[in-house]
Amino acid sequence: MSNIMNSIFDIRLLDDLARKETIVHRIHPLVKFLTTFIYLIVVVSFGKYEISGLLPLLIFPVLIMTLAELPLRPILKRMLIAAPFVVGIGIMNPIFDHQAVSIGGLSVSRGWITFLSITLKSVLTVSAALLLIATTGMDKLGSALRMLKIPRLFVLQLLLTYRYISVLMEEVSRVLRAYAMRSPQQKGVHWSVWGSLAGQLLIRTFERAQRVYLAMRLRGFTGEYNTGGYPGIAARDIAYMAGWTVFFVIARIYNIPMLIGSLFTGVIL
Amino acid sequence: MSHHKTEVRDLYYVYPDGHKAINGITFKIHHGESVGIIGANGAGKSTLLMLLMGVLFPCQGEVLVGEVPVTKKTVPVVRQRMGMVFQDPDDQLFMTTVYDDVAFGPRNYKLEETEVERRVHEALEMVGILHLKDRAPFKLSGGEKRAAAIASVLSMKPDILLMDEPTSALDPKSRRRLMKLLDGFEHTKIITSHDLDMVFELCTRTIVIKNGQIAADGPTKELLADAELMDDCGLEMPLALQGCPVCGRKNG
Ligand SMILES: Nc1ncnc2c1ncn2[C@@H]1O[C@H](COP(=O)(O)OP(=O)(O)O)[C@@H](O)[C@H]1O
Ligand SMILES: [Mg+2]
Repeated sequence: MSNIMNSIFDIRLLDDLARKETIVHRIHPLVKFLTTFIYLIVVVSFGKYEISGLLPLLIFPVLIMTLAELPLRPILKRMLIAAPFVVGIGIMNPIFDHQAVSIGGLSVSRGWITFLSITLKSVLTVSAALLLIATTGMDKLGSALRMLKIPRLFVLQLLLTYRYISVLMEEVSRVLRAYAMRSPQQKGVHWSVWGSLAGQLLIRTFERAQRVYLAMRLRGFTGEYNTGGYPGIAARDIAYMAGWTVFFVIARIYNIPMLIGSLFTGVIL
Repeated sequence: MSHHKTEVRDLYYVYPDGHKAINGITFKIHHGESVGIIGANGAGKSTLLMLLMGVLFPCQGEVLVGEVPVTKKTVPVVRQRMGMVFQDPDDQLFMTTVYDDVAFGPRNYKLEETEVERRVHEALEMVGILHLKDRAPFKLSGGEKRAAAIASVLSMKPDILLMDEPTSALDPKSRRRLMKLLDGFEHTKIITSHDLDMVFELCTRTIVIKNGQIAADGPTKELLADAELMDDCGLEMPLALQGCPVCGRKNG
C-alpha cells in the first residue's frame, strides 16, 4: 500500500460512510444537525450526579447507528480518541469528593457517581457528533451551517481544516516512509532528527495546502462551498426532528428507568 | 476566431526571493492550436502557466487572453476560459467523490443543478470514467485520477486547456489512453512536458524554453528533430526520431 498511515488511521472513513444511502443519510442535513444539537443540549443539561436518567438517551446513537448501517468498531475507535480528556477531567471527582451516598442500600462515594456521569455524558455527546458526521458528511454539514447563516468564514475554516487533516496525514506518511527506508534498523524516529523532520513536514504541508487552495481558486472558488441544491425540508424530515425532540424532552423531564421501576413496584413517583 | 487567441508580450517574472524565472517571453497562440512547451527542469514552464492563469502577475509585460489583459480584475473571466490541469492530480481532487469534484467548478459559477449534472456527466463520459463517479478520488489509480482531474476542468467548458506535465507518473497504457483522449479535444491546448514523444504526437507547434527565455518556436517536427537544439536545452530527441538501435533506421 502506498499510504500506510492512511490505512492505519483511516482518516477518510467517515467520508466513505457518509456516502451510504440509508433512511438516516437521506434526512436533510440541516434537520440532522439541529436534532443532534438539541440532543447535545439535553445531555449536557443533566445534573452532575445523574446516571439513570441519562440511560434512555443511549437509544439515540444506538438507533442511528443501526438504521444508518454503520459499523460499530471504527466508530468506537474514534470515540476512544476523546477518552483521555474525559478521564483527565473526570478523575478529579473521586479524589476530592469522598462524601458517601446510598443507592439501593449500597454506599457509594459521590465522586465516583460524578465520574460515571461525566463519562456517560461524553460517550453520548461524542458518539452523537461522530454519527452526525458519518451520516451527513462534512461538506453537507458545512452547507447546513450556512443555511443557519453562520458566517461564511467560520464555515470555510472548519471545512478546510477538516480537508487539510488528510493532507497533513499524507505528508506525515511520506516523510516517515522516506525516513524509515534509510534507517532500516530503527524503531521510531531518532530524537536528533525530530526538529528537521517537523520543519520539513510543516513546509511540505503548507505548500501542498497552498496548491490545493490554488486548484480551488482556479475553478472559481470564492469562499463559498457549494455542494449542490437540496430538495428542501420534507414532511419526513420534520417528523424526524419532532419525534426525537419529543423523546429528548420526555427523557429530560421524567426519569424513565425510575418510572418503569416504580410501575413494577406499584408505587408511582 | 480571434477572441480565443492567447498572447504573451515581453513577459518578465522574478520570484520574491529574487530568482529570475521568466526573462522576456513573447508568443501568440491561435484558436485550436496545440502547443507543446518544453524545457529542462527549472526552465520556467510551470511559472509560465501560472502567469497565463493569473495566479502570478508579471513584473513586466502582459498576458492577453482573447484580447483581455490578465489583471486582478479580469482574472475571474479569464479563469472561466482557461482550464488548468495540475501536475499532481492529488492537488486538484479535494472533494469526497469524483462527481462532487467535477461539479465543483460549475457549482462555483452558480449554474442550475440540472445543468451541473449534465456537464458532469458529459465531462466524465468524455474522459471515459463515468462509472467511477461515486468513488472517492483518493482511491483511484494514477491514470483514473488524471482523467478525473481533466474532467474537473472540462466541466467548466474552457476554450483553452493548460496542462502541466500530464503524462508524468503514468504507466505506458494510461499514458497512451490519455494521449488518445487529448488528441480528440478540439480545445486550444497548451501542454508543458519533457515527454517529448507525447509532444511529438500531440502538438503541431513547440516552444522550447531555456532559462526563462524562448530558445526556439516552430513546427514540432522540425524542432524536435534538431539534435543540437535539444541537447543545448537539456532535452533529448524523442525516441520516435532517434535511430532504431537495432537496425539504425529512422521513422517519423
Ligand atoms: N516559489 C518559488 N520561489 C522561488 N523560486 C521558484 C519558485 N518556484 C519556482 N522557482 C524557480 O523558478 C524556476 C522555474 O521554475 P518552474 O517554472 O517550476 O520550472 P519548470 O516547471 O520548467 O520545471 C526554477 O529555477 C525554480 O527553482
Ligand atoms: Mg514544472
